This record gives sequence, C-alpha cells and structure tokens, in this order.
Amino acid sequence: MAIDTQTEEFLAHVQAGGLVETGDWMPDEYRKRVTKFVEMHANSELMGVLPERDWILRAPTLQRKLALTAKIQDEVGHAQLLYRVVEDLGKPRDACLDDLIAGKSKFHNVFHYPTKTWGDVGVIAWLVDAAAIISQKALLKCSYAPYARIMRKICWEESFHILHGRDVILTLVTGTDGQRELVQEALDRWWEPLMMFHGNPIPAEDDPMVHWRIKSQANEEARQQFLEGYVPQVWELGLTLPDPNLRRGEDGVWEYTEPDWERLMAVVSGNGPASQERLAFRRLSRTEVDWVSRTVLAAAA
Amino acid sequence: MTTRVYEVFRRERAGAAMQHAGSIAAPDPRFAEIYAREQYGRRGESEALWLVPREAVQEIDEFVDEFDLKYRRVDGYSLKERLKEARELAGASLREAPGGGDRP
Repeated sequence: MAIDTQTEEFLAHVQAGGLVETGDWMPDEYRKRVTKFVEMHANSELMGVLPERDWILRAPTLQRKLALTAKIQDEVGHAQLLYRVVEDLGKPRDACLDDLIAGKSKFHNVFHYPTKTWGDVGVIAWLVDAAAIISQKALLKCSYAPYARIMRKICWEESFHILHGRDVILTLVTGTDGQRELVQEALDRWWEPLMMFHGNPIPAEDDPMVHWRIKSQANEEARQQFLEGYVPQVWELGLTLPDPNLRRGEDGVWEYTEPDWERLMAVVSGNGPASQERLAFRRLSRTEVDWVSRTVLAAAA
Repeated sequence: MTTRVYEVFRRERAGAAMQHAGSIAAPDPRFAEIYAREQYGRRGESEALWLVPREAVQEIDEFVDEFDLKYRRVDGYSLKERLKEARELAGASLREAPGGGDRP
C-alpha cells in the first residue's frame, strides 16, 4: 500500500527532529505506537512499586522506610502522569487499568520477579533504576512532545532514587559479611533480568520505534551505556557478576553472554516468576478500592 | 466517569513566569488542588500553581505574516552595506580635512 503524502510529510517532519503535539494530525500507526509505548511505561511504573511495597513493613530502619515510601509515591505519581498522556492520545485510564489486569497489555520485565531480601531492594533501586534512567534520558528527545516533557520531571525524580539505591548498597557492603552476602546474592539473581532490560539487539534501522523517532536510541546502545557506566561500579565494590563472558573489549564494546530473548518474551507475556501474583494483587486492589472511586465521583458529581 | 482535565502551570521561583507543567484529571476543584499539590509541589519545586480547566484555554496556533512586516523585526534591518558606505564617506572627508575635532 502506498503511503499517502500526509503520512510522508509527517514522517519527514519527525525524522528531521520535528515535534508532535496532542492536537496535531498524526498517522494512525504513530498514534498506536506512542499510545502503546507510553501505556507500557505507565503500567511499569504502577507494577514496579509492588516489589518495593513488599518491603515497606520490613525496611531495616525508619529512615529507609520513609525513603522507600517516598520512592513508591514518586513512581505511582509517574504512572498517573503517564496515563494522562495516554488519555490525551485517546485511551481512557480505566481502559488502561482494565487491560493491565486482564493481561492484555504489558509491563517491564524486571517487575515480573520477586524481591527475596533487602539486598534485592538495594539492587533494584540502584541498578534497575540506573538502567531505566538510561532509556528515559534518551526519551527526552522523543518526537511526541507531551511525553518528552513529562519525562523531564520523571528523570529529575529518578535521580534521587539512584542515590537512595547506592546508599543502601554501600551500607550493606560496608556492613557484616551477611549483609555483603545479601547484595551478592541479589546481584546474581538480578543480572539476567538487567541484561534483558533494554530488549533484544534489534538494529536501529529495523526498529519501527526509531523510525518514527519515538525512541532515539538503539537497544544495544542503551545496554552498552549501562554496562560501561555500572559494571565498573559493581566491580570496584569487590562484587562479582554471574557472567564469565562479561568483559570490556579493546574497542570499548562490552561482551557478554547473549540473554535468552524467548525467555524475555515469555516473562513479559505474564510467565515470569512473580507475574501472576503481581497481577492478582493489582486485580484485588482494583476491586477493593472501586467503592472509593465510586463514592468520590458520586460526591463530586 | 465524570472527571475533568485541568492544565497545571507552575512558578518555579519568585519572579519567574508561570510555565505549563502538565495536566491532571480530577472529579472536582478540591481534588484537582490535592492532585496538583502532590504532582507539582511536594518537593518544594514550585512556589505557586495555577489550575485552569482545559476547556477554558483558548488556543491560537496559527500566525500568518501576510504582509511580511519585516520592519518590526531585527532581521528587517541590514546595516552592513550602508555602514560600509558611511565609513568610506567619512574616511574620504577625513583625508580632505585631517585632524578635525577630538577624534581619537
């Protein structure tokens, strides 16, 4: 099918660095892709608080409990902001939440895993958030301007989270042998999901998200940036990573054992170790708080 | 669902202009205030917020310069050529009457 002139002009506009606002005309494919992408981001923020929520009551000190609660509030706030962007693209928030609990839409792979110890909470806040901020910084250049603007606020808040994570990790590695062991075990558990985080190494020129300039960074480029920035930080603490092939090549490119991309697909399709438990919790909270939204809306009407 | 969309504007610090920050959806103005405070003010990042119901915003997004009114813009003035000419003229008169006035 021939692409019509309007679509061609739109494509040329975004590829040349042009921006798109909510009310502007956009091809259906572009609208669908941006909607799906931002919706998945919103879902991930909302589902991403569940592994941390498990630790509010078990946080080791009052200060950690408060910091963790604040981080969770930030992330739920990000979900709210992102669902607003999705709503303006035409999909109501209720429909997003319904699709999420029905398993019709996805959320990020790292939120399909359990948090076994406080060490996991530290590794998530430090390295999962570090991996996320690499993708998010690249999204500041997204052609869909309302998303890029919201991303500025999100990145600003995420920078606190990484510091909180590093602080937790540094406290543990300078503590007892047992505390240090918690971090090492958590790293061993989280390395595979972290290596999957930025997705399969699809070349930028084959990635439709790059084509429409929704994303501006190839998956592998993001992963390399993550490895370059964070593997040395892990190693300098005397910690190890569970990949014997992990090393920095002479050309500065990191080598690693290729993750099992089919497994990634299975995880994000709801077959991760904690996927169903998390969705069940979200379903429960949606039905349990339904009376609150009904009451509020009735009172406000 | 009877929520309404409010556009949120924030002033980052005293003296700064109000800038569009984003939008929120709320069932009434009281909830709009609570959501706006939480989203855009809880870390002290704003010193004032404006909430405007989206339908109250009157947007103008087309600006046609039909008569190409360049004289109202800085790019409507090209002084280079004439300045050069003026300097040359001044130079010529200087040669004719050197040392005049208190020129450096």
